[in-house]
Amino acid sequence: MAVELPPHHYLNDGFGIKSWLLTRDHKRIALLYLAAITVFFFIGGAFAVLIRLELATPAGDFVSDDTYNELFTMHGIVMVFFFLIPAIPAVLGNFLVPLQIGAKDLAFPKLNLLSWYIYIVGGLFTFYALITGGVDTGWTMYAPLSTKFSTTRIIPAALGIFITGFSSILTGLNFIVTIHRMRAPGMTWFKMPLFLWAIYATSLINILGTPVIAITVLLVAAERLLHFGFFDPSVGGDPVLFQHLFWFYSHPAVYIMVLPAMGVISELVAAFCRKPVFGYRFVAFSSLGIAVLGFLVWGHHIFVAGQSIYASLVFSLLSFLVAIPSAIKVFNWTATMYRGSVSWQTPMLYAIGFIGLFTIGGLTGLFLAAIGMDVHLTDTYFIIAHFHYIMVGGTIMGYLGGLHYWWPKISGRMYPEGLSKLSAGIIFIGFNLTFFPQFVLGYLGMPRRYHAYPPDFQVLNVLSSAGASILGVGYLLPMFYLAWSLRYGPAAGANPWGASGLEWETTSPPPTENFATTPIVTESPYNYPSPVVKHVA
Amino acid sequence: MWVFLLTEILFFGGLFLVYTIYRTWYPLAFAAASHHLDIPLGSINTAVLIGSSLTMALAVRAAQLNSRKGIIVFLVFTMILGGVFLGIKGIEYSHKFSEHLVPGPNFQFAGAFVRPAQIFFSLYFVMTGLHALHMIIGIGLMIWMLLWAYDGTLGNGYYSPVEVVGLYWHFVDIVWIFLFPLLYLIGRHAVVH
Repeated sequence: MAVELPPHHYLNDGFGIKSWLLTRDHKRIALLYLAAITVFFFIGGAFAVLIRLELATPAGDFVSDDTYNELFTMHGIVMVFFFLIPAIPAVLGNFLVPLQIGAKDLAFPKLNLLSWYIYIVGGLFTFYALITGGVDTGWTMYAPLSTKFSTTRIIPAALGIFITGFSSILTGLNFIVTIHRMRAPGMTWFKMPLFLWAIYATSLINILGTPVIAITVLLVAAERLLHFGFFDPSVGGDPVLFQHLFWFYSHPAVYIMVLPAMGVISELVAAFCRKPVFGYRFVAFSSLGIAVLGFLVWGHHIFVAGQSIYASLVFSLLSFLVAIPSAIKVFNWTATMYRGSVSWQTPMLYAIGFIGLFTIGGLTGLFLAAIGMDVHLTDTYFIIAHFHYIMVGGTIMGYLGGLHYWWPKISGRMYPEGLSKLSAGIIFIGFNLTFFPQFVLGYLGMPRRYHAYPPDFQVLNVLSSAGASILGVGYLLPMFYLAWSLRYGPAAGANPWGASGLEWETTSPPPTENFATTPIVTESPYNYPSPVVKHVA
Repeated sequence: MWVFLLTEILFFGGLFLVYTIYRTWYPLAFAAASHHLDIPLGSINTAVLIGSSLTMALAVRAAQLNSRKGIIVFLVFTMILGGVFLGIKGIEYSHKFSEHLVPGPNFQFAGAFVRPAQIFFSLYFVMTGLHALHMIIGIGLMIWMLLWAYDGTLGNGYYSPVEVVGLYWHFVDIVWIFLFPLLYLIGRHAVVH
């Protein structure tokens, strides 16, 4: 049976460059974001390649120490602020929030387009900082290095982060209002897909946390530019206060990155196991639980920075508590898989990869929440490995899994299944080869942020660099075959996975107004094995 | 808009946190430094700003009553009062410049608290400066509302934009209601040795 693309859909509704750059359609804006973050992902990735090349040999022979400082700083800034934070919310969230609640668009379509432009302006500032000399303070920009001593381009980079922050705030605001006000008839809170709960929790963190980093980088800029004193010990200021303000946002930012990925995994596991998600309400509330607890644990970044031991004890305990909602999710996903009829398609491979890697990343997080252990591991490669397991193993696996799962909906076409399975495998192997040795290196005491190291560490470092090259291939492949499928892929049809959820009720790609008639929701979001959604004329 | 104001509260909240910590550390220095702020000008500005909240509320009311003239008159009043506030703020800033109270290499402060007083004035300029920036944005929004009122877009069928700008304006006022006592008033009764 040959499936054809629908005659009218959002992709052929206008072709000129203006029809894209001035669009208010959330689906097109999602694709604008997809293009932009892909560019930033490969810029950030290029820095990682150079870092791993340097670390292939013990001597600091490939780049100078100053250049190395700039490489890891720019890798961090680009990846965190311009890829990981916007990746899932701005691409998949933008595309799916209105589709999954049965709405025509987000609550504020113009604001949505504005968010993209703000993101681009912030990106240009950072790009300007990058080509005029870079930044060498680490992405954390600790004072007083950032305010007094560094001679690099901190102010444009800080402004870039400040501006991009507004883009996350406005996107978060848009999602919150949309989810509150624009749900289709019958779509109660507990009939929403879990992806939306995750996006909602993420948006809450965005609007509550981002302003704090905004004011913090503004204070850094004022101190650097105007010689105001906030964190400067020579006028009685406290540099550790900067760390408190910074991590008050930047720890919750970790959950901005990983919560949406968890939302994606909930969708994937249900769709490819043909079962409703086990313990729906627990998974939904665990997203909110992570969002709330995430704001109360920032002090675990400051265990060795002269924080009161009593504060550290409390932060340590609170950090352990985050394990509870995280573990609820992992157990509920595995319980969903148990006795499900699992089909091993590409998105499911990413989902399983996510569950494994996130579990390792989460459990090693508990090592770091334990104060005594943390004193030994602070500023070593153990930390690097831990947060890459969460951010790369978690967020990027979730992002790629989601991108493959919804690609037929986004593009209307299927990608080559064999090749995509192969690249999922390559990514999983490459990732573990890159980052697992770093756990060992860190435990043995190799510090982060150095461009040279003792020869004893070389074997593990070479393994890691080799893994990084495999990982790089794994990331390049999807870019090529997804682009190929845009033109040559077979048409997917409305619901190629037989999945439940409103987004699969409309055509692929959807029409500009999403649904021909407003859907009425009577069933749970995971109505497997046979989804039923009724339409009224 | 309420959600956006929540974001704004956290934005200023970060600043208030920094203020609180340093005030707790250096109470005497902060008290001594606050003596250098101009209470009469600050009080006039407080009155001006509260007055502008009144005219803003009247502009919203005029929109609900579908009075185009009312919207325009009260918006213009609000903008004038906002402008007066910014003007007085500018005079205060220029005094600080001539008294060498701007933090940096030229900072001069008589007495024992030269260093923490610099933190106080850093906070003073950033807090009041960001507040003034918010006011300028507010006045910009009002110009937009004026254009809409002029061409008849606004009326009792469609007044939420004025209402939203009003909410924003009241928020900016409330920030000042906190800034004024924190920076100008508390600690003045403390005896400074």
